[in-house]
Amino acid sequence: MSIDKFKTIRSTAVPLPIENVDTDQIIPARFLKATTRDGFGENLFRDWRYDKNENPVESFVLNDPTYSGKILVTGKNFGSGSSREHAAWAIHDYGFKIVVSSFFADIFKNNALNNGLLPVQVSEAFLIKIFDSIESNKQTLLEVNLEDQTIRLLVTSETEHFDINPYKKNCMLNGYDDIDYLLSLKDKIKVFAESKS
Amino acid sequence: MGGKTLFDKIWDTHVVDVIEGGPSVLYIDKHLIHEVTSPQAFAGIEKRGIPVFKPENAVATPDHNIPTENQHLPIREELSRFQVDKLTENCNRHGITLYGLSHPYQGIVHVIGPQLGITQPGITMVCGDSHTSTHGAFGSVAFGIGTSEVEMVLATQCIMQPKPMKMRITVEGDLSKGVTAKDVVLYIITKMTTGGGTGYFVEYTGSAIRSLSMEGRMTVCNMSIEMGARGGLIAPDEKTFEYVKGREFAPKGKAFDEAIEKWKELKTDVDAVFDKEIHFDASDIEPWVTYGTNPGMGTGITGRIPQIEEIETAAQDSFMKSLKYMGFNPGDKMEGKPVDYVFVGSCTNGRIEDLREVADFVKGKKKADNITAWIVPGSKQVEEQANKEGITGILEAAGFKLRQAGCSACLAMNDDKIPAGKLSVSTSNRNFEGRQGPGSRTILASPLTAAAAAVSGKLVDPRDLI
Repeated sequence: MSIDKFKTIRSTAVPLPIENVDTDQIIPARFLKATTRDGFGENLFRDWRYDKNENPVESFVLNDPTYSGKILVTGKNFGSGSSREHAAWAIHDYGFKIVVSSFFADIFKNNALNNGLLPVQVSEAFLIKIFDSIESNKQTLLEVNLEDQTIRLLVTSETEHFDINPYKKNCMLNGYDDIDYLLSLKDKIKVFAESKS
Repeated sequence: MGGKTLFDKIWDTHVVDVIEGGPSVLYIDKHLIHEVTSPQAFAGIEKRGIPVFKPENAVATPDHNIPTENQHLPIREELSRFQVDKLTENCNRHGITLYGLSHPYQGIVHVIGPQLGITQPGITMVCGDSHTSTHGAFGSVAFGIGTSEVEMVLATQCIMQPKPMKMRITVEGDLSKGVTAKDVVLYIITKMTTGGGTGYFVEYTGSAIRSLSMEGRMTVCNMSIEMGARGGLIAPDEKTFEYVKGREFAPKGKAFDEAIEKWKELKTDVDAVFDKEIHFDASDIEPWVTYGTNPGMGTGITGRIPQIEEIETAAQDSFMKSLKYMGFNPGDKMEGKPVDYVFVGSCTNGRIEDLREVADFVKGKKKADNITAWIVPGSKQVEEQANKEGITGILEAAGFKLRQAGCSACLAMNDDKIPAGKLSVSTSNRNFEGRQGPGSRTILASPLTAAAAAVSGKLVDPRDLI
C-alpha cells in the first residue's frame, strides 16, 4: 500500500499563530468513532471552527475565505497530547500537504510522516517572518522542496533548510510506507522473535 | 566506553535492524489494543492480505468509548457500539485475546496491563494511546503509537523508531503530608513545560520517586507524555517484584526467581551519561493544580496564576487565550475557585489506591450540594476490590456513587461529558480545551485535592482538612 509521492509544493498558506495546539483541538475525541480513515477533514479544528450552536466562527482562519492553500503554518509545539493519528488524517483530508511550525510533538510528527503529510520545522525567526508576510499579504507564496529540504518565502526569496530523517525523506519522495519495508525484513524479524521467546 | 542507561539496556536488546541514518527496527514484546485506534490498522493488514504475525503478544479491551453505567445493556450510542463491536470482530478473526465489556478483566488498557502481570520489567510495550508510558513504572520501555504503527506491530511485531534522547529527572527528599505522586508529576510538568520533554525518554529517580508505591510510580510515568516526552521509566526494585509476583500472566515459581535475577540488572550504570539531567527537591512540592489549557500551566494550590509580565512575550497571546477560555484572570488565587464537577478516575488515577485515598478522606464527610461527582474505577478488578474493601459503601454514605470501569470523562467520548462552561476538578491527565466535553473547563489535581473539592464545593488545600 503506498502513499502519494511528495512533489515540490508552491502554495499560499493558512496561518494559525497559536502555540501548543494539541490533538484534541485538531480533532476532538467525540469524532474518533469512525472505523475508516476518511472524512476527518470535516471536523478539523471543529470546536474552533464552529460555536456551540454549530454556526461557523467567522473570526477563525479556516472560515475566512481570503485564506487558502496547501500549507498550514502554526505556532510552536504543534500536535501535543494524544497519539490519535486521526489528527494527521484530519489535516491531510482537509487538503493540507504540509504543516510548518518551529516545533512538533513527537508522535504527531511520526503520524504525519506515515500519511504523506510533511512536517516542516523552521527556526522561530523564520516562522515569525512567514506569519508577518502572510499578515501583510494573504497571497504570500511559500515553496517547499523536499528533495533539497528547503522552504522558501517567494516574495523575498529567503530560504531555510529543514531537517528530515533520510529514510523518511526517501519514503515520502517515492511514496513508500514503513509496512512494506518491515515486511521485506520479515525473515530477519522471525529469527529475532524466536530468540526472544 | 561509558556505561549504559536503563533505557539503553532495554532498547538495544530489542533492535532488530538499524537503517543507516534512519530509524531502528524495534521489536515489541507486548501490544495493548483498544477500540478507537485499532480498526483502521486491522483494515490495513486485511487490505494487504496479511495475517497478524503474533496474536499471542497482543491483548485487547474496550475502554475509551464505553458507558460507565448499565454496561450489561447494549451500548446506546450507535457509533460507539459499532466501534466496540468492530474490536470484538477483529480480535475474534485474528485470534487476539479480548477482555470484552462483560469480562471480569475489562478495564482501561493501562490499568489492566499491570494488574494482570502483562506489564513486566525489561519489556518493550506499545499501544495506540499516548499514556502507554504508564507501564514504564515497571522498568519497561513503553510508549504510545499512531494507528499506522499499530498496523506495523500487527503485521510484523516491530515498528520503525528513531532512538530518542535520554533525560534523567531526579527528585530527592521527603514528600510532605498531603503531597502525592500526582502532585509530583504535575509539578515536574509545570517546571518542564508542555513541550520540554519532546524528543526524550525520561528516567525518573531519586528518593522521592523510590518512596512511591507502584501505583504512584504509574501515575508519574503516565503523565510523561504531558511534557512531550516519548515515555518515562523507573528502575525496578523490590516493590516492583513484589507487585508483579503472583499476577495472572507473571512468571511463576522457578521462572519467577530467574526473572527477578534478570530484572535486578535493569538499572542505569553509574557512569552512564544522559543527554539532559534535571534535579528537583521534594520539599518544594505542594499539592499541585493546573489553571490553564495545557498540563504545563500549573501552580501550587496556595499559589496564584502568573501575571502577564511573567510570561515570555511570544507566549503571551496563547496564555491570555487560555485564561479567557478558563474564565480566569492573571494573578488569580487558585484556592476558593468554585467547582461544579469532580472526576476521579482515568489511567492516571483510577486505581485502587486512588479510590482508597478518596474514601479515607470523605469518610464521615458529605459531598457539597453544588458538586456533581463521577468516581470511575480503572478496571472491573478495581471495582470489585473497592466493593470488597467497603470503599463503595463509604463513598455512598458520603453522597458519591462508584460507576463502572472505563476512560469516561477523561476524554468524554462516552456520555460522561462535563457541560459547557462548568469547572471540573479532575484526576485525569489533560486540561485541553473541550477535553472533558465541548466548552468544559478542567483543573487537573490529585485524588486527594479532588476529594477535598468535592466536600468543600470549591478548590481548597487538602492539607487543611487532613
